[in-house]
Amino acid sequence: MSENIIEMNKINKWYDDFHVLKDVDLNVKKGEKIVICGPSGSGKSTMIRCINRLEEFQQGSLMVDGININNNIKNIEAVRKDVGMVFQHFNLFPHLTILENLTLAPTRVKRVPKEEAELMAMEYLDLVRIGDQAHKFPGQLSGGQKQRVAIARSLCMRPKVLLFDEPTSALDPEMVKEVLDVMVKLAKEGITMLCVTHEMGFAREVADRVLFMDEGRIVEENNPNDFFDNPKNERTKNFLSQIIH
Amino acid sequence: MNKYFQDEKIRAQIFQFLTLFMILGIFGYLFHNTQTNLEKQNIATGFGFLKFEAGFDIGESMIEYWSDDTYKKAIFVGVLNTLKVAIIGNFLAVFFGVLIGLSHLSQNWLLRKISKFYIETIRNIPLLLQLFFWYAVFTENLPGVKEAMELLPNIFLNNRGLYFPIPVDTKSFSFIFIALVISIIGFFFLEKVRVKKEILEGKSFSFFEKLNYLIFLLPVLTWFILGSPSEINYPSLSGFNFSGGYRFSPEFSALVLGLVIYTSAFNAEITRAGISSIDKGQWEAASALGISKSDSLKIIILPQALRVMLPPLTSQILNLTKNSSLAVAIGYPDFVSITNTTMNQTGQAIECVFIIMVIYLSLSILTSFVMNQFAKRFQIVER
Ligand SMILES: Nc1ncnc2c1ncn2[C@@H]1O[C@H](COP(=O)(O)OP(=O)(O)O)[C@@H](O)[C@H]1O
Ligand SMILES: [Mg+2]
Repeated sequence: MSENIIEMNKINKWYDDFHVLKDVDLNVKKGEKIVICGPSGSGKSTMIRCINRLEEFQQGSLMVDGININNNIKNIEAVRKDVGMVFQHFNLFPHLTILENLTLAPTRVKRVPKEEAELMAMEYLDLVRIGDQAHKFPGQLSGGQKQRVAIARSLCMRPKVLLFDEPTSALDPEMVKEVLDVMVKLAKEGITMLCVTHEMGFAREVADRVLFMDEGRIVEENNPNDFFDNPKNERTKNFLSQIIH
Repeated sequence: MNKYFQDEKIRAQIFQFLTLFMILGIFGYLFHNTQTNLEKQNIATGFGFLKFEAGFDIGESMIEYWSDDTYKKAIFVGVLNTLKVAIIGNFLAVFFGVLIGLSHLSQNWLLRKISKFYIETIRNIPLLLQLFFWYAVFTENLPGVKEAMELLPNIFLNNRGLYFPIPVDTKSFSFIFIALVISIIGFFFLEKVRVKKEILEGKSFSFFEKLNYLIFLLPVLTWFILGSPSEINYPSLSGFNFSGGYRFSPEFSALVLGLVIYTSAFNAEITRAGISSIDKGQWEAASALGISKSDSLKIIILPQALRVMLPPLTSQILNLTKNSSLAVAIGYPDFVSITNTTMNQTGQAIECVFIIMVIYLSLSILTSFVMNQFAKRFQIVER
């Protein structure tokens, strides 16, 4: 087995005749933290959503933890057990309590006994510092709390890879930090992370590599300090000058 | 005084009081007016006429009825006939509605197009026209008695109705039927307990461990206790007509078929809209957690969609019940048509309209009550 947990090979994807992903190559080692940035509409979400097969692609190949991502339903099921995802808009299940949100997948998909699942859920809720809210409903929490619950929910499946798609973009500014703090804590525990975000502080603190995407391509890739301090590509420079006012 | 009138709560109460006063005034005036007019024309008021002999026959009845029975009984026969249409009709209309609504959202292109076509056409043809159509099909286009179609073994369809076998000993079988209903309800209850237990213990039981199926021995046992009645009354051709078995008249069949086809198009649209109203993110979050499509639909999407679907679905259930009064157009004796006949014979228009209103109102309130109880289970807590 190779030490790469994700191997993307010349992935191409079209929406009708719109070419969203163009020859995307990306290898991610176990435990690596990748931050992806780039202008809106450049294909960042589409790329990471290929990894857990929320999106199909038409050309190229993608291996996740040794599983070939293709149309095979068994493979898709298997990979989704290994890959967790945190969304911009949290997507908690509003009709279930926080605890039920967390235990649903482990009990249904992995058939973990309920008591065990609840113990594990409480552990993760404590990790994201929200244990006292377990019996509330998502509608009763603030945005930052919801996102921390969403992170705990994906951790309950004990994933090998965590995908974040702009996890702090929908939050009020004062709540961004509480979510980033949790993400930093997770990063330090060694899980593989791919994170679409424009939070430079976070990128500098945890990222092993920062990728810059534009018009469906990865146009630049570097360690965070070099990436932010001397970007090589014109478009990267342009983009960075826009987000650093 | 002015200070009081500026208080929000006191102000609201004053307006409510004024509204109530006006409504009472209007009704009091109307009542008084009618009373004096009727007295002038020497028309007796009150419900005394209900005890008089009806003197007309009723095409079909679920209880024994003769033309020398009272108006009260005639109207009761009508209520039963309406309930029969409403219960069978609504059950089928919701079932097929949800099914067609789901197919409209399926991945299958053909299924999607067919359901769309169904919904679009059926919704746009007036119900009365559809009822006439089905009535014509049942009475004109179906073969006569001698050439009856045998749809399934011993189930016959001809222009006099749909015939199917029933057990001879109907009384015993109604007990068995009740036992069956109890065991079905019990089964779902036990299944819930089993699923809970499975989740608690984190394993799935094998088929043989699912002892819950044993509950279906209950109707079998009832059957044995009642002396295992097994004689079946088959419909068969004798002379110029079918005898034996149970018959759905062409009027009943056309009415139920028309109402079900019409209403299920609306129910399908309600289902489709309810499910599409749920944010795509809910499906995605479920998929990302590895939850299968059918589980997502069952545990995550439908419970949320039902919250949106129940109020319009309740309306459609009430609509079907009320639309069943179009029965009069194709000669099915529902309670409105029987009460109408009563009104024509006795001239007690106000009382008869009152009876119709009260019965519909009770049906509506009962339906709303049941649906509201159901809806409470799907409420979502917001802050
Ligand atoms: N379902 C879709 N159908 C058609 N075009 C889409 C669809 N989803 C995304 N796109 C387009 O693909 C491009 C990339 O989208 P996305 O990956 O969401 O960008 P990013 O996350 O970088 O902002 C955008 O131009 C978007 O309009
Ligand atoms: Mg995006």
